[in-house]
Amino acid sequence: MMINIITIMQKYSVFSLARNALSGHRNWPQAWRSPPLKDSYDVVVIGAGGHGLATAYYLAKEFGITNVAVLERGWPGGGNIARNTVTIRSNYMRDESIPFYVKSVAMYEGLTDDLNFNMMHSKRTMVDVVQTWPKLRELRRRQLTMDIYGSTYEQITTEEVRKRIPALTGGGPDARLPVICGMVHTDAGVNRHDAVAWGYARAADARGVEIHQQTAVQSLLRGADGKIEGVETNRGVVKAAKVVVAVSGHTTTLTETAGLKLPLRTMNLTAFVSEPVKPLVDVIVNCPDSGFYFSQSDKGEMVIGGAPDMGQSFRRDIKQHVFEDTVAAMLSLFPSFKKLKLMRQWGGHLDIAHDASPIMDQTDVPGLFVTAGWWGGYKAIPAGGLTLAHLVAKGAPHPLMAPFTLSRFRHLDFVMEAGTTTAR
Amino acid sequence: MLLIPCPFCGKRNESEFIYGGPVGADRPDPNAATDQEWVEYLTVMPNPLGPVQENWWHARGCGDWFTIWRDTRTHDIVEAPDGTK
Repeated sequence: MMINIITIMQKYSVFSLARNALSGHRNWPQAWRSPPLKDSYDVVVIGAGGHGLATAYYLAKEFGITNVAVLERGWPGGGNIARNTVTIRSNYMRDESIPFYVKSVAMYEGLTDDLNFNMMHSKRTMVDVVQTWPKLRELRRRQLTMDIYGSTYEQITTEEVRKRIPALTGGGPDARLPVICGMVHTDAGVNRHDAVAWGYARAADARGVEIHQQTAVQSLLRGADGKIEGVETNRGVVKAAKVVVAVSGHTTTLTETAGLKLPLRTMNLTAFVSEPVKPLVDVIVNCPDSGFYFSQSDKGEMVIGGAPDMGQSFRRDIKQHVFEDTVAAMLSLFPSFKKLKLMRQWGGHLDIAHDASPIMDQTDVPGLFVTAGWWGGYKAIPAGGLTLAHLVAKGAPHPLMAPFTLSRFRHLDFVMEAGTTTAR
Repeated sequence: MLLIPCPFCGKRNESEFIYGGPVGADRPDPNAATDQEWVEYLTVMPNPLGPVQENWWHARGCGDWFTIWRDTRTHDIVEAPDGTK
């Protein structure tokens, strides 16, 4: 059965592109199947986003578990994986965090070959524009920790910052926050978010994983012994001895149906893009003291992100004053951007734990696994999927994720992370 | 921008206020609570898909601290957790 599926999946290449061009692109096969929903699976993954699809893929590829269904309320890759700023980096603060993100960045760099899907990965460096001395001290401290784990961070002068980012004309010596120096993170890059979702979906499907769209999980079902038994969906009950919750902001909404409380709050983080312009900035620019960051997409749009809303929110749009504050901060350093027209805005609701670090663990409900608290989880998708597949298959955390279990809350052994949000 | 009803000043712009976090459970007696109850009190906050009670500080106004119920889906400020306006 599986071998059949693999032979059906057409390998993407320049030759398949040429062949399909000759037939007017009418004969491309579907990227993944739409099989009927079965009554039971070995593993049910809730959420066909980045983490859910990656987990299903690595369950099949690394651990040979292929009787897996990924249940998705909407469509694959329609949640937070489509609602971020595609920034991939590993400049974190804590000994526990950095090795994980170094692994994830490395996996991203090889993902195009691994999944046979062009990720359009652009390793283009991130430059932090430093405007206060406390921030410089914090980033220098990060640099020393990152050196231990093979991530790159390097200080450059204001002159070098302005040479690398000619559009940065604000923040002069008379400004309220003059530019002091820059920190360069050469490992950082951007890629194409749809390709990540579709690449994982197609590769997981080719290994036998089923992806079910328009299948909303309404509640988690527990057996008389307290173990997880399956899920209730709008298409009926699906049984599974192992259920993985990979639904970002709605994690607590779902786990509460199994009587489980988790230390998570849901917040709204927003971004917006300008009209496309000619190539102007070839790095990711992060201005933590001013509170915004941006990069220029391949299409030429400036992709701009700022601070989160205050308070909990399940909304997916931007608040007017958050938007205005971000624009004002940007214009203080990039006054020429005043001419840019802004085209689109979006927000994603994501959950954040008490200590701003992710949670990946088997919960107190046996068989129920959660991956949550991924503030800026886009960069964590490959390593997050691999480590979660390891946890589900083996029942014990992957060494890279061992510090991020739920037991850290029981022992008040928090991983207080300062590198979680870019604009902080 | 939210218009937040300060009990002293009336409805004012959100930019005058500082967010003070959600209202959690009452502090249990540390001598009577189990470790699990204590950790839950420290780390677990209500995260409802609907009205949540939260603290706000009118820092750039009268300086009062007060609580409101705000719907996390709509940002509507409601009178009570059942959503009445």
